Amino acid sequence: MSKILVGLKRVVDYNVRVRVKPDGSGVVTDGIKMSINPFDEIALEEALRIKEQGGATEVIVVSIGAAETQQQLRTGLAMGADRAILVQADSAVEPLVAAKVFLKLIEKEAPTIVLLGKQAIDDDNNQTGQMLAALWQRPQATFASKIELAGGKAKVTREVDAGLETIEVDLPAVFTTDLRLNEPRYVKLPDIMKAKKKPLDIIALDTLGIETAGQFKTLKYEAPATRQKGIMVKDVNELIAALKQKGLV
Amino acid sequence: MTKILIVAEHAGGKLNAATAKCVTCATAIAGAEIDIAVFAADAGDIAAQAAALAGVKKVLTVENAANAEPLAAVLAPQVAAVAANYTHVFGPSTTFGKDLMPRVAALLGVGQLSDIMAVESAYRFRRPVYAGNAIVTVEAPQDKKLVATVRAASFQPAASGGSAAIESAIESASAAADIPTHTRFVSRSAPATGRPDLQTASRVVSGGRALGSADNFKIIFGLADKLKAGVGASRAAVDSGYAANELQVGQTGKIISPELYVAVGISGAIQHLTGIKDARTIVAINKDAEAPIFEVADIGLVGDLFKIVPELEKALG
Ligand SMILES: Cc1cc2nc3c(=O)[nH]c(=O)nc-3n(C[C@H](O)[C@H](O)[C@H](O)COP(=O)(O)OP(=O)(O)OC[C@H]3O[C@@H](n4cnc5c(N)ncnc54)[C@H](O)[C@@H]3O)c2cc1C
Ligand SMILES: Nc1ncnc2c1ncn2[C@@H]1O[C@H](COP(=O)(O)O)[C@@H](O)[C@H]1O
Repeated sequence: MSKILVGLKRVVDYNVRVRVKPDGSGVVTDGIKMSINPFDEIALEEALRIKEQGGATEVIVVSIGAAETQQQLRTGLAMGADRAILVQADSAVEPLVAAKVFLKLIEKEAPTIVLLGKQAIDDDNNQTGQMLAALWQRPQATFASKIELAGGKAKVTREVDAGLETIEVDLPAVFTTDLRLNEPRYVKLPDIMKAKKKPLDIIALDTLGIETAGQFKTLKYEAPATRQKGIMVKDVNELIAALKQKGLV
Repeated sequence: MTKILIVAEHAGGKLNAATAKCVTCATAIAGAEIDIAVFAADAGDIAAQAAALAGVKKVLTVENAANAEPLAAVLAPQVAAVAANYTHVFGPSTTFGKDLMPRVAALLGVGQLSDIMAVESAYRFRRPVYAGNAIVTVEAPQDKKLVATVRAASFQPAASGGSAAIESAIESASAAADIPTHTRFVSRSAPATGRPDLQTASRVVSGGRALGSADNFKIIFGLADKLKAGVGASRAAVDSGYAANELQVGQTGKIISPELYVAVGISGAIQHLTGIKDARTIVAINKDAEAPIFEVADIGLVGDLFKIVPELEKALG
């Protein structure tokens, strides 16, 4: 039995143009489309491919979030995950807390692979996988764009600023996904029906015996500074003139 | 007393410019004492470059063979050990810092603050969320060590002219640190382009999906050469194989702040705009007058790039 644990965070859909609430208490989420974090969809796709190629026997999707997060977990099950765990939390948790939750589930499920997204596109933290790997005292291969498994090890190509880097890690390990790792499959209607019968366990966050309080206090949200309205030019000559005026050519 | 440790990023014996930007961020905290730690197989030249940054008090070197490549699992326990005497530990929000610093934080039993863009006080900072569509002011607890990454595009590099003392910290680092062997470096493909580096270039020309092929993308390189600019690309151009992945600009690529950014055949998706908001002047060339890139462009030109770019190159002489 080798299991893969996949993190699925429910976030504002990437197509939504997020706006700050007028009172600065947060961003507008009422009536806004929520989806699986795009990097987590890629993580799940990778897990399913590993299983299909015989590299694992079970794929478990995990989310920490409100009751509505069951929607995203059902989508994960429809994509092909075998079962789901919702760690129900009334408010958002910080990455360190999320990492501690994953560690608790690891102790119970003993996976060989944990696949998370490189970042959640709401808070853009890019921390959870690295923190989990530290707490679990296991390797991390972040920003993965290629994962090759063989003989209890993984060779991982990572997207780094300089280009591509390849590292080798012993399993079990934590992987975080970059966009070019794969292209997630589409969910088919019959699979949505089948997913309704797959197990989805709900555990309350405060029963896990971990410190769940956050460490950082968000004092306010603001809209970013807007750029001044620019000018339109009608041809290359005008463009050159405008660049000259700014001292750029 | 605020004592800040900055983890140096380096490659090929050169200090990465992002480190000097972390120093600028740290100097914005009133009265802070700033040290830099260099983890390397051979720290010599790098430590000297770090010591020359104005505002730095001390450079600590931790030299051992395991530090030849920047592996987070190997470096994190050593950073955590050296961090013992500091109130703050900063790293750059490059792929190096993003990989390493959360691992350091977890070893220290604390959270991490990502992408500091402005300092309000020693424990109060501003950072972007939702791909830069909102800016939050965040307060960290004073009774805990603060581990953070610094958004390089938000700070100028610290000036040179400093003369910090250089000391070895190998004893404190290796005594406390258990260096794992479960993670091994294999290789890195870093193409030497001979062009200005995207993250430090003062001018950048980027191409998008509209280029249509890797061959067509060469006109972007041609224009960049005329402008002595670095080259960037949208995710669509990278995914389609027109440009290398390290050229991607945006939320999940590089966040840049050049004097001049020229976007050619790029629509201006939110995720792309996040990467260029700090550019001084944005020029957009796109055949669709309604393209969102024109909402942020300082100078916009509607038309076919395959006609405009060669004309522009010619006009630049
Ligand atoms: C989680 C996530 C993260 C992402 N991160 C990034 C990121 O970091 N960076 C990034 O860039 N994208 C990112 N994206 C993708 C982003 O949403 C867009 O899909 C992408 O930026 C589009 O690239 P493009 O503008 O080149 O292509 P398109 O949107 O297809 O735009 C092409 C443009 O070219 C114009 N055009 C076509 N032909 C011509 C011509 N002959 N002359 C002139 N103009 C022409 C068209 O009018 C159009 O505006 C991300 C997406 C997700 C979901
Ligand atoms: N609340 C959560 N539920 C499920 N997965 C999460 C959660 N928070 C973080 N993760 C995972 O950790 C990754 C990185 O998140 P972050 O560190 O918040 O940017 C995400 O892509 C998820 O895979």
